[in-house]
Amino acid sequence: MTENAKTAQREPLVRIVKRGDITAGKVWLIRALAALGAVLTGALLILALGHNPAAVYGQMIVGAAGSKIALVETIKIAIPLLGAAVAIAPAFKMKFWNIGAEGQIMAGAIAASYFALFYSQSLPRPLLLGVMLLAALAGGALWGVIPAVFKAKWGTNETLFTLMLNYIILGFEQYLQNGPWKRPSSGGFPKIAMFDEAARLPRLFGVHIGWVFVLLLVIGMTIYLRRSKQGYEIAVVGESERTARYAGMNVGRIVVRTMLLSGAVAGLVGFLQVSGANYTLTENTAGGIGFTAITVAWLAKLNPVVMVFIAALLAVLQKGSGRIQTEFLIPASASEVLTGIILFFMLGCEFFINYRLVLRGRERKNGQSD
Amino acid sequence: MAFAWRSRVCALRHCSITGAPGCGPGAKGECGTNNPNAIEVRNLTKRFGEVVANNKVCLSVRRGEILALLGENGSGKTTLMNMLSGIYFPDEGDILVGGEPVVIRSPRDAYALGIGMIHQHFKLVDVFTAAENIALGLEGGPVIDRRALARSIREISGRYGFDIDPDKKVYDMSVSEKQTVEIIKVLYRGADILILDEPTAVLTPQEADRLFAVLRSMRDDGKAVVIITHKLGEVMALSDRVAVLRKGSYVGSVETAQTSPQALTEMMVGRAVALDIDRPEVQRGEERLKVVDLTCISAEGVTMLDKVSFSAYGGEILGIAGVAGSGQKELCEAIAGLCPVQGGAILYAGQVGGVEVHENLVGKSPMEIIKKGVALAFVPEDRLGMGLVAGMDVIDNMLLKSYRGSRGPFVDRGPARALAQQVVDRLAVVTPGLTAPVRRMSGGNVQKVLVGREIASSPEVLITAYPVRGLDINSSYTIYHLLNEQKQRGAAVLFVGEDLDVLLELCDRILVLCGGRVSGVVDARWAGKEQIGLLMTQTGKGDAQ
Repeated sequence: MTENAKTAQREPLVRIVKRGDITAGKVWLIRALAALGAVLTGALLILALGHNPAAVYGQMIVGAAGSKIALVETIKIAIPLLGAAVAIAPAFKMKFWNIGAEGQIMAGAIAASYFALFYSQSLPRPLLLGVMLLAALAGGALWGVIPAVFKAKWGTNETLFTLMLNYIILGFEQYLQNGPWKRPSSGGFPKIAMFDEAARLPRLFGVHIGWVFVLLLVIGMTIYLRRSKQGYEIAVVGESERTARYAGMNVGRIVVRTMLLSGAVAGLVGFLQVSGANYTLTENTAGGIGFTAITVAWLAKLNPVVMVFIAALLAVLQKGSGRIQTEFLIPASASEVLTGIILFFMLGCEFFINYRLVLRGRERKNGQSD
Repeated sequence: MAFAWRSRVCALRHCSITGAPGCGPGAKGECGTNNPNAIEVRNLTKRFGEVVANNKVCLSVRRGEILALLGENGSGKTTLMNMLSGIYFPDEGDILVGGEPVVIRSPRDAYALGIGMIHQHFKLVDVFTAAENIALGLEGGPVIDRRALARSIREISGRYGFDIDPDKKVYDMSVSEKQTVEIIKVLYRGADILILDEPTAVLTPQEADRLFAVLRSMRDDGKAVVIITHKLGEVMALSDRVAVLRKGSYVGSVETAQTSPQALTEMMVGRAVALDIDRPEVQRGEERLKVVDLTCISAEGVTMLDKVSFSAYGGEILGIAGVAGSGQKELCEAIAGLCPVQGGAILYAGQVGGVEVHENLVGKSPMEIIKKGVALAFVPEDRLGMGLVAGMDVIDNMLLKSYRGSRGPFVDRGPARALAQQVVDRLAVVTPGLTAPVRRMSGGNVQKVLVGREIASSPEVLITAYPVRGLDINSSYTIYHLLNEQKQRGAAVLFVGEDLDVLLELCDRILVLCGGRVSGVVDARWAGKEQIGLLMTQTGKGDAQ
């Protein structure tokens, strides 16, 4: 008997067991529980800060969608997030870890700004906007294709490469801002001039028409990935380069082509930012969008349609947490923690969809799993 | 004798019908001997998601016996042994060593209990010597007493008849020497229960015989030896007792002396199976493929193929035999345009729509080969990593070779869907549906999808690398049948295989590779296993043509 007691003790306390197929209902139950858990954990934090959780959560929603102005601001946050997530989708589908959407957005923004700053008098408005769009596509594509060419030719690591290119383009923007493109009348502040009216994107239903662009991108990217031959090639390369080569695909060319596309779409987001949202170029034009977009893309499992909802959720969180900062004087860092808690639960619940935990002593006696 | 075995199986079946499978306290037939078993498992269960890899498995191994654990691929042999060696933790059931219940949480626990496992893939450090590898990971002081170590290695070698130099570096060793190091490593740690996972897969017949002699001397020394295999010949030659698993469940065990390959197959498969492979007589056709002085050097500068020359004709199956790693993979991939070639020629002669196509395939990419109208199909060794896309469904996998065919920028899935349905119907592929990822299908069904797609292109040359590896007996025979169909259609079929019995029964001629060279081409109707075994180890010229 003592022997038995000893062995029981030596069994691991918790074991992780892979689940088999799981019903859709159970998946949504887990997700709902995770959302509830996030709200409750967040409430603990709010209580610890000395506020009423219900009031704070209420203000978050009011701040994000309570008025037309608030809603417009929330949508303005969601547009570049969604655009950048769509941009990295084909690269990630190919398992090319493009961490450089941030830099590609900036490259597109700089290219578009060049025409906005120096050709706004000489070109008619539609043409000017058209040229800015093309320049942004080209700028983003260039910044995206460099690591792809190096990867295809010499097998460099794209994660580090794209990450480093972000800092190079940011440095270049700071140089422009402090030097050649600095507005002479801005006194000591290194700032770039506001764009002329002609270089600003028109509005539709109160928001700059970038939202139309990104929704078209969502539809276009969905069709491209699911229905086109190129999309099929991307999927095969992502699953197995060896299979792609076996099927006669030119893997290097597919990598380069896909990163041209990914970079170009990110460049377009840069154009929307400078011409639609900010009307100027600053070092915060990309502002971490390229990184947050990775979260959006992963949460959506690279499905562009799902990205619409994820981007909207993140925008609501961001805008709402801004509101509670001013309303309750909750520090910015605390509201970021709150956002972090919600994301943690949402990402974490995926683990429980794929695995379950078995406690020591359970299941071994009756031999029956739930 | 077969009758005796049958009655035993009936008893087991009865047992499972009454709802008490396995060997509970009541079923002492196996475990109730006087001297405790070296190791015994009771009602061991392991699940991976929905898949039950082991279902209430019971098994015992006595001291001084060689137990063969037999079962088709996917029957749970390796899972069971991984639970004994501490790699997996069982979901249910008990393990007893020397009659005492134990819990094995890690390979370290297993070592402490005297259980040693020799894996299919060796776990040795290449730049270390044999002695260093044997001492690796052992607890003890910071200094290794090399002299004492070498002495005990020699002592173990002498006792069991190994031939090993403790100071030889692993990278200088042959596969069989590496295996010897693995075995000594386990013995040095004091293991008295040895588990070998398909140890002969990488050995020539002669090396396998030497290994068997060593295993017998270990048995005579009182150790318990478990050998996992699916080669019936080895089971009959080596083991004292055979335990059979089928689809994760324990079927039963028999004394080797009281059974036959036929009876064991029936236990493995669950019903009677004809074991003869058909070899239809077909008039040999035209020369479809002529390989001349083909030389391939790997990226590391190793010569993988050394002036290989041979011809393959329509209406024949040309077998390719050799110890694993003798250049089979490079040969197949060079012909398919996937492996860079340093010298020689690969001449293809075929017809497309009545037009003769003659091409030298050397230096051409797979894409160029397709564009030139070369009707070549290749079933690679790595099915899910090269031949198919594991995460895609059957339809999208059918598209792999044909997606360029439709016009415009979009993929036309219509013909692919029709082809997928046709392959699934004709080859009796078991799948949850055409839209389920092929990863979720079993090995045999995966292979049927791959072979079905390659055959659908009506190839003049069909290359198949280990097409029945890991397949159950039924699926293997389906594949043999499909290859014979292609032969009768007039295609030249290359069959790279590892089981000499199969090669001798199925093929018309057999080309033997040794160290990247052709050591002989033999007529499979007249050649013997010994002759091929010798050719596998020597690079001389074969006599037969």
